[in-house]
Amino acid sequence: MMDLVRALGDRSLERLGSLGRASVMWAAALWGLPRLSELPLVIRQIYNVGVLSLIIIVLSAFSIGAVIALQFYTQLARFGAEDAVGLGLALVLLRELGPVVTGLLFAGRAGSAVTAEIGLMKTTEQLSSMEMMGVDPLRRIVAPRLWAGMISLPLLTAMFNVVAIYGGMVVAVEWLGSDVGSFWSGMQDSVELWEDVGKGMVKSVLFAIVVTWIAVFQGYDTDPTPEGIGLATTRTVVTSSVMILAMDFILTLSMYGEFK
Amino acid sequence: MTEAAAGQAVQTPVVTPLIEIEDLVFRRGERLIFDGLSMTVPTGSITALMGPSGCGKTTLLRIIGGQLKPDSGSVRVRGRDVTRLKRAELLELRKDIGMLFQSSALFTDLSVFENVAFPLREHTDLPEDAIRDLVLIKLNSVGLRGARDLMPSQLSGGMARRVALARAIALDPCLLMYDEPFTGQDPISMGVVVSLIRRLNSALGATSLLVSHDIHETAGISDEIFILDAGKVVAGGEPSALANHESDRVRQFITGSPDGPVPFHYPADELAYDLLGGFRR
Repeated sequence: MMDLVRALGDRSLERLGSLGRASVMWAAALWGLPRLSELPLVIRQIYNVGVLSLIIIVLSAFSIGAVIALQFYTQLARFGAEDAVGLGLALVLLRELGPVVTGLLFAGRAGSAVTAEIGLMKTTEQLSSMEMMGVDPLRRIVAPRLWAGMISLPLLTAMFNVVAIYGGMVVAVEWLGSDVGSFWSGMQDSVELWEDVGKGMVKSVLFAIVVTWIAVFQGYDTDPTPEGIGLATTRTVVTSSVMILAMDFILTLSMYGEFK
Repeated sequence: MTEAAAGQAVQTPVVTPLIEIEDLVFRRGERLIFDGLSMTVPTGSITALMGPSGCGKTTLLRIIGGQLKPDSGSVRVRGRDVTRLKRAELLELRKDIGMLFQSSALFTDLSVFENVAFPLREHTDLPEDAIRDLVLIKLNSVGLRGARDLMPSQLSGGMARRVALARAIALDPCLLMYDEPFTGQDPISMGVVVSLIRRLNSALGATSLLVSHDIHETAGISDEIFILDAGKVVAGGEPSALANHESDRVRQFITGSPDGPVPFHYPADELAYDLLGGFRR
């Protein structure tokens, strides 16, 4: 029994220590906006984590939009309400699926890549050599990736939403024959800029902060061995995914909280 | 003071220490790595740190560079105690320190030219023409001016080590630290690195601190060798003097004998006892 308590205590202390180190790293890396000379580094990372994630985001968005439209159309047609497909699709995507699915895909594609890259730099002593040259790796390596992640994920979410709605339209209008005017006008009438689009984007920004923070920290704090990098990469994807889903529930509850 | 005495005083060079370490204590977890270690490295010298694997040679380089904080004691580089410096002050001090890592630690996404240009771009406002000239001079000094456009993945181990050396001297540091510079090198590459260390030390007027296991090469270029063991400096002096050191342990290390005070066998029960089933698990 005492062993169990001790093990739990050890584990809790380790987690707390980890959170402390992550917070210190985050604060040190983001102390002040990037200098003008560091802007090319941020842009390069936006290319790495953002542009290179576009294909997976676009393909997933199209198929998810198409599937949701198909399901909505089938169910709503039973009540003669197939005109509401556009509205339902937009609300589901803008409020929930857009930020959440893009966040999950981003964690899997870009988050794992960032962790592996920084972890490998640590293993091959590149971070140490940078420090010994008087260059702070937190500013040179960590900060550009944090900024790039925080800029890219909301933009990717916006693109996800647009492509998914287009995918839904292709299925509902082009394939199943729903009225194109009703599809768009339902959306135009009922979707609100702040309530639906804005709050969805707020979620996305928060997911971006958490995912990039986890990804960068796991790489920076990794055990500098091949095994360590593998574990860190897995931890990035698992922790980010769980955090996104848990946060989404809490955010939805606090943003749209009057459910009773 | 007589005229002759005054003349003699002028001729005698005053060798000030570049690195002064006093009563250094450092633990890694429960393990005591340094237990009151003290040593000084004179300015302009090539000093080597030797000792059995795991005795903390690389750790000492990292403490001198401020990457690790000791539990107690002081480490002064050019009179400044690195254990008390803030992060920004440490980064500033490190501009005067060049370090060659065992793995070379070249930035894999940058070409050879950009690797050497990296510290210049980070710490100077030199125009591109000047950076180009400086990089080519540094690469020329290690014989790799022609390899400027290669990527680190296209270099042999020896070439990577030389590029890393060119990068380490880019800002003309006053202290050069080498972590196992000869490991994994073929005889030609090793000879090149040995001659470069000697040549760069005098050309830059720098001080070199070298960690190595290669006794022959190290003894050939070092002014002084310190042997570390059990958390302390157990011997120090000119290479020739250490071969006749009074300690069996030091002599075993210098001559490379497989058995002696440092035993060949890991501590265990008698072989006969084990074979007769005395040790089971």
